[in-house]
Order: sequence, then C-alpha cells, then structure tokens
Amino acid sequence: MTGDPTATPERGGPAQQERPGRIDAVPVRHPLRWLAVGAISVLVAMFVHLLVTNPAFNWPFVLEITFSAPVLRGLAVGTLFVTLLAMVVGIVMGVLLAVMRLSPNPVLSTVSFVFVWFFRAVPRLVLLTIMGTMGVVFRDGLALGVPFDQQIMGLLGLDGDWRFLTLDANQIFMGVTGGAIGLGLSEAAYMAEIARAGILSVDKGQTEAAEALGMDRGSTMRRIVLPQAMRVIVPPTGNEIISMVKDTSLLIGLPLTTELFFQLRTIGSRTFQIFPVLVSACLWYLAVCSLLMIGQYYLERYFNRGFGTRRAPVGQREEAPA
Amino acid sequence: MSAPAPAPSERHAPTRPLVEAVNVTKSFGHNQVLRGIDLTVDPGEVVCLLGASGSGKTTFLRCINQLESIDGGRIWVDGELMGYRERDGRLHRLKDAEVAAQRREIGMVFQRFNLFPHKTVLENICEAPVVVQRRPRGQVREEALRLLDQVGLEDKPHEYPASLSGGQQQRVAIARALAMQPKLMLFDEPTSALDPELVGDVLAVMRDLAEQGMTMVVVTHEMAFAREVADRVVFMDAGVVVEQGSPAEVLQSPREERTRSFLSRVTKEHAPAVEHVPEQVRHRGAQR
Ligand SMILES: Nc1ncnc2c1ncn2[C@@H]1O[C@H](COP(=O)(O)OP(=O)(O)OP(=O)(O)O)[C@@H](O)[C@H]1O
Ligand SMILES: [Mg+2]
Repeated sequence: MTGDPTATPERGGPAQQERPGRIDAVPVRHPLRWLAVGAISVLVAMFVHLLVTNPAFNWPFVLEITFSAPVLRGLAVGTLFVTLLAMVVGIVMGVLLAVMRLSPNPVLSTVSFVFVWFFRAVPRLVLLTIMGTMGVVFRDGLALGVPFDQQIMGLLGLDGDWRFLTLDANQIFMGVTGGAIGLGLSEAAYMAEIARAGILSVDKGQTEAAEALGMDRGSTMRRIVLPQAMRVIVPPTGNEIISMVKDTSLLIGLPLTTELFFQLRTIGSRTFQIFPVLVSACLWYLAVCSLLMIGQYYLERYFNRGFGTRRAPVGQREEAPA
Repeated sequence: MSAPAPAPSERHAPTRPLVEAVNVTKSFGHNQVLRGIDLTVDPGEVVCLLGASGSGKTTFLRCINQLESIDGGRIWVDGELMGYRERDGRLHRLKDAEVAAQRREIGMVFQRFNLFPHKTVLENICEAPVVVQRRPRGQVREEALRLLDQVGLEDKPHEYPASLSGGQQQRVAIARALAMQPKLMLFDEPTSALDPELVGDVLAVMRDLAEQGMTMVVVTHEMAFAREVADRVVFMDAGVVVEQGSPAEVLQSPREERTRSFLSRVTKEHAPAVEHVPEQVRHRGAQR
C-alpha cells in the first residue's frame, strides 16, 4: 500500500521504538465470494421451490413408499445384507489374493494373477447373469466328495458314488448367496489390487525387523505388515463399499428381486408414479452412503494410530503393573 | 533352537567362538560385495567393524542374521551352522521356520530403528517374546519395563514411536532386541541417523550392555566408541577384512595403508563426536 509519505509508520530499530506487539490488521476483502454466495442462494431457492411446488415429486407418495414394507425388506436383504456379505467375501479373498500375488511361490502368484485378470474383465451384470444360469450347468447339484468318483468307480466296476454332501446349485447360485458370491468374487479382484498396493506401501525395514526378531512370514504379515497397510487400504475400500451398495441394483440380473431399486421400480410401474419412486431411491442411497462415510472416518482414525497421535488412547493401553 | 543342540562341551572346546565366519562371499548380480570374510567373535567380546561406505559392512552383518543368504563360505553362531544342515556330505537349506528359530538367538539394531509405528513402545518390546517365544504376557511386560528402565525410558511405555526422538527410538529398538534374550547383538550404524546431541545416550546404553558381558558386533563410524568400548576393531575394505586387532593397534598404529587413509578421512569428518568421550579418552586420542 502506498500511503501518505508524511505519515510514516513507526519504523526503526528496537532501540528507538517499543518492540512490535499484537497484529490487528484489516483482512483482505473478497467481493467475488459474496457475489457467488448470492448467485448460489438464488439457485438453491429455485431448487427448493421446485421440490416443494412441482406436483411430479408427490411428496406424500414418496414418504409412503419409502417406508413401505417391500421397500424396507428390499433395502435390508438385497441392498444392505448382500453388500455386507459381498464385501466380507471380497475383502477376505482380496487380501488373500494380494498376499498370494506377492508370495515368492510362483504357483500362488500365478493363480492370483489369473483370478484378478478374469474377474476384473467380466462386468458385474454379466457375472450375476452367469451366476443365475449355474443351476443349469450344475444340474446334478454341487457335490463334496472324491473328484471323478463316478468315472473311477465305473472303471472299478462299482456302482454308486463317493459323495458326502450334495448341494442344490440353484440354491447356492441364486438369491442372496448367489448375489454375495457373484459380487464378492468381482470385488475380490479389485480388493486384491488395493491390498497389494497397501502391502507394498509398508517399509521393507518393518519386515526385516520382524524377521530379525524371529517372527515367521505369517505373523509378520498379520501382525506387522497388514495393520500398517490398512492405512492405505481403508480409504479406497470405503469407496468400494459405497460402489457395492449401488451395484446391488444389478442383482436383478441374477435375478434377485428383494432389492431396493427393483422393489421401487415395481411400485413405480404399478402406480405409474415413475418420478417419486426415483426420488425415494435416491434418498435411500444417500442415507446409506452418508452412514458409511461416518463409519469410514472412525475406521481411518483407528488405523492411523501411531502416525501422528502422541499416545495410545486410554482404553487401548496395556496398563503397566504398579 | 530347533536343531537338537549338543551340549557345548560335547562338540567343541569350551571356549569356542560365538560367531565363526569362514570365507564368506556374497554377490548382488555381478557386484561381488563380500570376497571371503573370515571373522571370529568370542563370547562376551565387543567387535567394532569399520570400513568405508560400500565396503560390505552392512551386508556382512545381514548375512550373519540371514537377512541375506550367502553364496559361499560358512557362518556358525554358537556352534550352529546358519541357514543349512549338513547331511550325507551335502548342505540342505533350512526351512523358513528353522531359519526363524536361529534368528531368535540374535538381536539386531538397524540404522533406521525400524520400530513398529502402529504399536506403542511397550507393545514393540513385548511383541516378539509373546508371539514368537510364547512367554506369558505378564512376565514379558515386567521384563520390558525393566529393559525400558535400563535404556532410560521408563516414563515412555505408552508413547508411539513417532512421538519419540531418534535417540529414544533407537534405545527402544535396543530394548526390543534384548527382550528376546539374544546371545549376540548386531548393531548396524546405530547412531548415524541421529542428531549429534542424541548420539551419546545411545552409545551409553551400548557401553552398559558391553559391560554386562553381551557379545556385540557393531558397525560404526564413532571412533571414540570403538576406541573406548571395543575389545577388537576390524577394518574392512572392498569385501575383505584388511586388518584387525585391539583398538590401540588398529586405530593408533595401523599397519595397512588402506586403514591409515580411511582413519585420517574419518577422524576429520567425525571430529564433533569426540565431545561425548570422557576426558582421558580424548586426551589419548589427541596424542596420536
Ligand atoms: N540389496 C542389494 N542389492 C544390490 N546391491 C546391494 C544390495 N545391498 C547392498 N548392495 C551393494 O553392496 C555394496 C556394499 O553395501 P553395504 O551396504 O554392505 O556397504 P556398507 O559397508 O554398509 O556401507 P555404508 O557405510 O555406506 O553403510 C554396495 O556397493 C551396495 O550397492
Ligand atoms: Mg551400511
């Protein structure tokens, strides 16, 4: 700022003047920011007006169907429960695949590579549709027993089989289990890459320190490497869970009909209220994803312990004997 | 140890060396880093390994602990051949579990500490004794607190490593290695990642350990420490042991030209380290 030259502010060394004290400066003005706030306010007001007055929204109807029994059941079973199962399958298998991929054993790493290659390539809707046809492929059911038992017994001239347990393929590959398996396998392929990046992010010195203490590969991975890899694994896994919630709307490919979006669409085509049904779907997906984001925040905080935190939280300490 | 170890007197003389390395060679690709190292360390002895950067000190230390596998030669620790079993006149590689068992007898302290950042100080120390040795948790914890006291960190059991200074972290790392009750401690430049004013605390802990009779192999550039604490100084260059002897012999009247030129370079670089040394040692150093 070029001020009046005669009104020179107190300059000069500390010998002449008192040492500078508290700063009480005029803040920088942001006129454009206020303009933006004004414009946005108008847009928001228009949107709210639209929401309230446009009859297409039909709010009483939205409220009614949002909490109707078939929609709630679809949400609980097809959307939430399948997400939960699929993510459990995906995370457990994904971490396992990542460890296999990084193992010095070439058989394990190749198996892992091929799995990821296949399940990343096949779209989820296609995969779920294939799952739905598995009942035809395994017409005789899925059996636990000796492989090629009938062929072997045929050679030996015997009758019967060596099967201990036969499951109905239609029951496994349809419905909730089918959805969980299909989406879980697909998820495992993605989780494998996420977990691999996480494991590789852990300093090699950690493995060496653990090995120098005589820990075996398994406990080094479980107790030292994976907990640290979680810092890198959790944030993208949060994304994966949210994607999975939304991808449960593909379960119709199986087909599994006790699912949120299918139920809402059915109501929509029955009542010809297409738009309110979509509003209801958006509201539910928004609600679920918001809750998940809160959960993710706490999970990230937990796995960040030791990176920036100064002491163990009180509840988590091993108290020293007095 | 996993192998049924015969009683010491059965197989060897009572004063057999704790570490015996014979003609150890090791290459990384075409780069031969160790070119036939011979070294013995007696029980209770403190050996300081000196040598220029790239001379293979770290590599040799890691070979003792099997963090690297060796291409040739043999290493015995406490009479046990590291990494192999001799049977029918052939060497058979040990399984991972057997290698892990051999490592338990050897404590290692790294240049960069390598504490587990997600575990508190106490958890770092208790981890291996509880998980690997399966000792009762309560007993291990008491032992850990005693070790923390020994390294001067009795007030820090619940801190995470990130909140400690480098010198404190390194002392925790020493306590962590000691918790396994090793026969042998390996130190790879334990103070070279530290600010100068933190070096003294770590060296003091190591000096105590030496006085308690721990067998130690220490790679270091701290000439004052080598001079004062080491029973023997070993000078390595280009993957071989060039010269060894008492600190007085090697540091003050080296026979080899390579040792002399190394020492003259190092004592200039590390001049401030002399500050940590008691008066009489500094005096002796100045006489040279
Ligand atoms: N894992 C590795 N792969 C390839 N080369 C390596 C590896 N580790 C060490 N080397 C090489 O081996 C040589 C000796 O390394 P080493 O770390 O043992 O030296 P040093 O004596 O400990 O040196 P410094 O004083 O710098 O720590 C170096 O030339 C280095 O590049
Ligand atoms: Mg080194």
